[in-house]
Formats: sequence, structure tokens, C-alpha cells
Amino acid sequence: MALTLMEGNEAIAWGALKAGCRFFAGYPITPATTVYNAMLQRLPPAGGICLQGEDEIASIGFCLGASMAGHKAMTATSGPGISLYSEQISFAVGSEIPIVIVDVQRLGPSTGSATRGADGDIQFLQWGSSGGLPVIVLAPVDVRDCIVLTMQAFNLAERFRCPVFMAANKEIAMTRETLDLEALDLPAVETRSMADPDAPFAPFAASPHAPVPAFLPIGGKRLVRQTSSTHGPDGYITTAPELIAANQDRLMRKILSAADAFTFYDCEEAPGARTLVISYGVTARAVSDAIARLAAGGNPASLLILKTLWPVPEALLRAKAAAYERIVVIEMNMGQYVREIQRILAPRDIVFYGQMNGELIRPEKVQEVIAHG
Amino acid sequence: MDSLLNRERPPVFCPGCAHERVVAALDQTLQRLALSGDRVVIVSDIGCSGLFDTFFNTHAFHGLHGRALTYATGLKLARPELQVIVTMGDGGLGIGGAHVLSTCRRNIDLTLLVLNNFNYGMTGGQCSSTTPPEARVGSGFLNRLEKPIDICQVAGSAGAAHLTRISTYDDGLIDRMMDAIQFKGFALMDIWGVCPGRYARGNKLSPASIETELAQRPPVDHFQRQNTRAEYGAHYRDEAARLEPAAGPLRVEPRHKPPTEARCEVILLGRAGQRIVTAGELLCLAGATAGLHATQKNDYPITVLRGHSVSEIVLAREAIGFTGIDRPRAVIALAAEGVARRRRMLAALPADALVLRARGVALPETAATVVDIDFKTNRVKAPDWALATLGVLARRGEVISADMLRSALALRFKGRVLEAALAVLEKAVD
Ligand code: SF4
Repeated sequence: MALTLMEGNEAIAWGALKAGCRFFAGYPITPATTVYNAMLQRLPPAGGICLQGEDEIASIGFCLGASMAGHKAMTATSGPGISLYSEQISFAVGSEIPIVIVDVQRLGPSTGSATRGADGDIQFLQWGSSGGLPVIVLAPVDVRDCIVLTMQAFNLAERFRCPVFMAANKEIAMTRETLDLEALDLPAVETRSMADPDAPFAPFAASPHAPVPAFLPIGGKRLVRQTSSTHGPDGYITTAPELIAANQDRLMRKILSAADAFTFYDCEEAPGARTLVISYGVTARAVSDAIARLAAGGNPASLLILKTLWPVPEALLRAKAAAYERIVVIEMNMGQYVREIQRILAPRDIVFYGQMNGELIRPEKVQEVIAHG
Repeated sequence: MDSLLNRERPPVFCPGCAHERVVAALDQTLQRLALSGDRVVIVSDIGCSGLFDTFFNTHAFHGLHGRALTYATGLKLARPELQVIVTMGDGGLGIGGAHVLSTCRRNIDLTLLVLNNFNYGMTGGQCSSTTPPEARVGSGFLNRLEKPIDICQVAGSAGAAHLTRISTYDDGLIDRMMDAIQFKGFALMDIWGVCPGRYARGNKLSPASIETELAQRPPVDHFQRQNTRAEYGAHYRDEAARLEPAAGPLRVEPRHKPPTEARCEVILLGRAGQRIVTAGELLCLAGATAGLHATQKNDYPITVLRGHSVSEIVLAREAIGFTGIDRPRAVIALAAEGVARRRRMLAALPADALVLRARGVALPETAATVVDIDFKTNRVKAPDWALATLGVLARRGEVISADMLRSALALRFKGRVLEAALAVLEKAVD
């Protein structure tokens, strides 16, 4: 066993390269800057492109252009930048442009604290774009996840032609950690399904069996249209209500109906446990430690770590929660994801603890919450 | 070469709109340049000029307001062989100003056609960044308060080499458009025209008055001499080709036995400039040389050469969960700034904890063993204090061994830097 010491941001960059990322653009922002640094070091010598935009809007815009030219593209930022991405994210959702967006969350609101962690963007990532359509959000717990989930993020962006978010946190992204790279079980690399360039092509044509339109790059032999306007399958503006409705429905369905296939999670079920603790991201590490200590004291509890946050893994949550008397949710914000869990498990009571003070939630605090609510 | 106009989608501009003439001129230009549709992408902005892409049988990319140049840049770098033409109004110019300036500075091979009609046509004739103060527009008195920009002057100052200020009604429009598209670098055309739907309703503007106004504008030809240089994409590929491939991640094979199998927590308390983070990394690498898992969580403010620097390290045989430090086995206290961040923790240290402190750093009352280190008499410079203290830790067989530390240094540094680092370890500071 050989060990490699990596911080989460380097691991995200490494995962991106393993997934076939050829284009990166970002604007420097703590705590996401080291993703950019790592990409700048690795991409250009390997024939890829790494750019520093004049702002976040430009950075993600470069990526959308490159993605439509057929490149796998990624950008990385933090709260202030993800806010500026918002309009471009809506574009990527509505016009089906594959892109991986890394949000290394820092303590907000607004400028907040550049060098303090939080999971304060969890609802924003899903709802921070106009139109209200589903996106995919993955949340890494450690450096291993930073590699594996980034690869999954690329695969999902390609498979569904949509933006996929990595909801990282300063406390993972800028924390160094050892891992055994050879022991990783890496997913097979996927690429977007291509249309036949010799057949007539409509850039947004789909069918009930294949709800994701086949892709052709801008710049190939076949003319390709991309547009941020409400469009029909041909990529031209439409006002036909039935075409519009069918497209909105498809954009929703292509992700929601396939969600079970990419519900990533870890579950440690303890025999005899009456409590299930649900957490995600860096907080799950403190929860895991707390549960180990409680178990050592003869108080078993089970742990569900969600790694796919959006779409909400409703079936998984219902199935796992059914066997427990108490459900405890712990997250590094003032109560964001717990809303989804309350919605799904209604009318059950959920014990919640959230903290947003720039510090990690400590295992002792988690123990206390599990023991006494 | 055939026309690239999309016969099924004729222009839908107001009768007499200048944009329609520019559509015809662009079609003529593409024909004269013998460009087929698959070699061209029209990237259109928002507003009436944002409809351009639909009138042509070329590749098309229609995105957000003011951001057309951002997509165009991504497309051009990904597909350098494509002819990328961007259409934008004076509205897009204003909202996307940062992108316009940056594109000028980059000199990337794009052609930007600014369809300048001095107002926002589509939304009701409001003032834009080029509206004259005396004009009557849909923004009440507000345009009287602002000075319009001369985009060619601005773009030239920002580094654009190829600038054309021209009337839509100029007989030379097609020739000048051909020049702009053929230019290997960023070319901007400021094309003035009449918007009969909005602007011309309240203002006297005609091909003749445009002609007169243009004649009074300062020339922009000198920018070509001043700003001609390598094209961004070609330059990028040239620079990239000279780079060494980046090394793969460092893999550390276990080769040593650690002084203890128990989980060890170490905290370094210092200030910026003391290489606290590097010392923390060395501790982690040292752990890895004994097959131990390691985590390093750092805490520092946004200031660069000032302020505290704290690094928390965990070394353990088993996988590490929580990365914070509860009960450090060793504390390395090198500066008051760092100590101030962890007063409570220091006060609660158990008797079996070890504190290695730079002489003179005040500590709260503690039950732990405190060892003073005298860097000054031993002539160790502040940036080496943390490393020298790791040497003390290793000599005492606490947390890491001397072999582990030496191996870590050899993994992290090479050549002269490594020799200097090893020499720091030799200094008997304790
Ligand atoms: S509003 Fe003005 S710019 Fe728009 S189509 Fe009508 S005349 Fe042309």
C-alpha cells in the first residue's frame, strides 16, 4: 500500500483529469483557487486548456462554449462566484450543456469568511437558477470522494447533458489527507452520446426512450444550433405551448426518472440501533466518530451519509428511515437539507442540529445531540 | 459560393432597420470569403442583434446578454479552425463591458460586430452606453447625466488592434467586414445604424447625419500599429507546447516503523512566514513513510504575510474521521498569534502532552511538559523554526522518528533545498 497526500481541491482536479476533462476556466477565489492551480499545472502541458476569466461569469461562459465544441469542461468557485454563475447555470440547464461546477463552500452569506467552511449553499445549488428545473449535486466527504465523485460528476454531466455540482467545503477542499490511489475503485469514463453526423440532425431531438438529445459539436460538418431562448427540437425559438411543455417535462424527467441510478451514499447500520443519523459532507466524519464512541459505550446508532444530495434520494430515505424510531439530521448550516428530509418523512419528527460559526461540528456535540436530541 | 442566408427564416426586423442591411452585408462577406456554413459560428448576444444567428445557415450559439464573447472565446480555443463571428448591440457592449475589454486585451481571433444604434430597441428605446446626452430616449432624463463611450477608442486603449468605425450605409461595409474577419486577432467593428422602431422616433438620425458625425470622430488606425501582436490562441498553444508535463501524484511507500502505533495529534501554532503549513505537510509525509494515515487541517486568515498560521495534524494507523484536534500529544508553539487562537485548548492540556515552544512565547498555565527551544543562539532563521522543531520532536522519538522525518524531507525537497533542510535538523536547538 502506497499513500498519497492530497488536499481535496487537488483530488477534484485529479478526478477531473481522469474523467477526461479538457477545459477548465475559473476566477481566483479562496477556498477554490487550488483547483485552478492544479488544473493550470496539468492541463496545458497535456494539450488541454486552462483559463483565468476576467470574472466568474466569463469563466463559466468559456466552459459553456468549449463544452458545445465537444470538450469536457469544469469550473470551480465558492459562494460569491456561484451567485454570479447563476444565469449561466440556468442556460446550461435549459439548453442541455454538460459542465461540472465545483462549489467549494465557504462561510456566507455574501463575502462571508474566505477561509472558513460551511455547507451554506445546499439549497442554493438546486434552486439558484431561473426556471426551477432539477440539477445534480454530489457532496464529497473526503479526498477519495473528491476523486471518485468528480469522475461521477463528469459521467452524469455527459449522460444527462446538464450541469453537475460538486458541493465541496473548505474543510475538505483545503485539508490534506492520505489515500491509496491504487486501491480506488474508479468508475468507467462515459462520454455524451453522439448523433450520426451523416443523418439529418435536430440539436434537441429526443424520444420517450431516449430523453437526452444526442450531441454533435459546434464546428463539425453538421450545423449545430445552441440557444438560451425557449426552443423546439430544431433549436429555433418556439411559442408553441405543447412543444414548450413537452420540453420542460423532458428536462425534468430525464434527471428525476433516472435518479435511482446515481443515488450515491454510505450506510452503516448498527444492529439494535433505534436512531438513524443522516448527514453529508465533512460533517459526516464527525458523525461517524461520534457514532463509534457511542457504540463503544453500548449505545449503537446507525449512519446514513448522503453523497447525492440532488435530486433528493427519496426512495432511499424512506427505505432507510422506516426501521428507526428516531431520525437525527446534522449539517453545517442553519437547517437546509433537513427540510427535504422533513418533507419526505412527514409527519415524523426529525431531530436537527446545525451550526454555522466557521468551525467544524465536533464529534462530542454530535454525541450530545444523538443522546439527548 | 452560395448565400448562407436561411431562406426559411428571413429577417424580422422593423421596416428600415439598419440590422437588416448588416445581415445582407455579412452574407455577402461570407460569400466573398468562400466560407461554408460549417466553418463559421455566429455567436449572438441579446436584443434585436441577438436574432442574427437565426438568419444564417451556419453553426449558431445564442446565449446570455453581454456574455457572447465568453462563449466565443471558449469555442475558438476549443476549435481554432472555426471562424467565430459575434454580433452584439450597444446594450451588450455596456452590460458585457468587462468581457469586451478582456477580449481586446487577449487579442483572440474573433470578429465582433457591434450593431450600434444608440439605444435598447427591443425593450423600449432606453439609453445605452452609446446614447448621446442630448438624445430623447425611453429613460427620461437619465441619458443626460452620462457620457457615451466611443467603443473604438476604448477598445484600442484596451489592446485591440483591428478597429473599424463605419456606417451601415457605407459602400465599403463589405470590404471592411472582409478585412475584419480575415484579421488574425481580435477585430471590432462599430457599425452605426438607424433604429426606426425606437430611436429614430424621437431623434433625427439618418445615413447622412451618421456620415457627418463619423467624419468628426478621431481616427483609430494608429491602434493597429500600436497593438498588433501574436494571436491569443496561437500564443497559448505555443507557450503550452514548451511546458514540461506535470508530475503525477507522489506515492509514498511505507518503509519505517513509527515510534508509536497510537493515534497522534499534533498542532502547530505560529504566524505567517514561519512555514507552518509546510511543516505540517512534512509531518503527514513522515507519517506516510511509516504507512500511517494523515490529515492536515489548516487555519489562517485572508492576510498573506501577517496573522496567525495554525496547522492541525492527525497521524493514525486506522482511517481518520474528524480532522480537528481534541487532545494533542504534541504542541509546537512558535508565535503569539498562533497561541492566541488556541488558548482554551492549551489551558486544558493533560500532563502527558509535550509543548515545544520558541523561547519567549507566552503560554497559558498548563499541566503539560514545556520544552523551550532557543533558535536565536543557534542562529536558526524564523522560516526554519518549524522544521527545526520537527527535528526536536523526531530526536525525542515523539510522534515521528528521525528516519521518518528525513525520508519526508527527501520526498518533498530536492538538491540544495534538501541539503539546507537536512542541515537545519542537525542544529541542536533543544
Ligand atoms: S427596434 Fe430598432 S433595432 Fe430592433 S428591429 Fe426595430 S428598428 Fe431594428
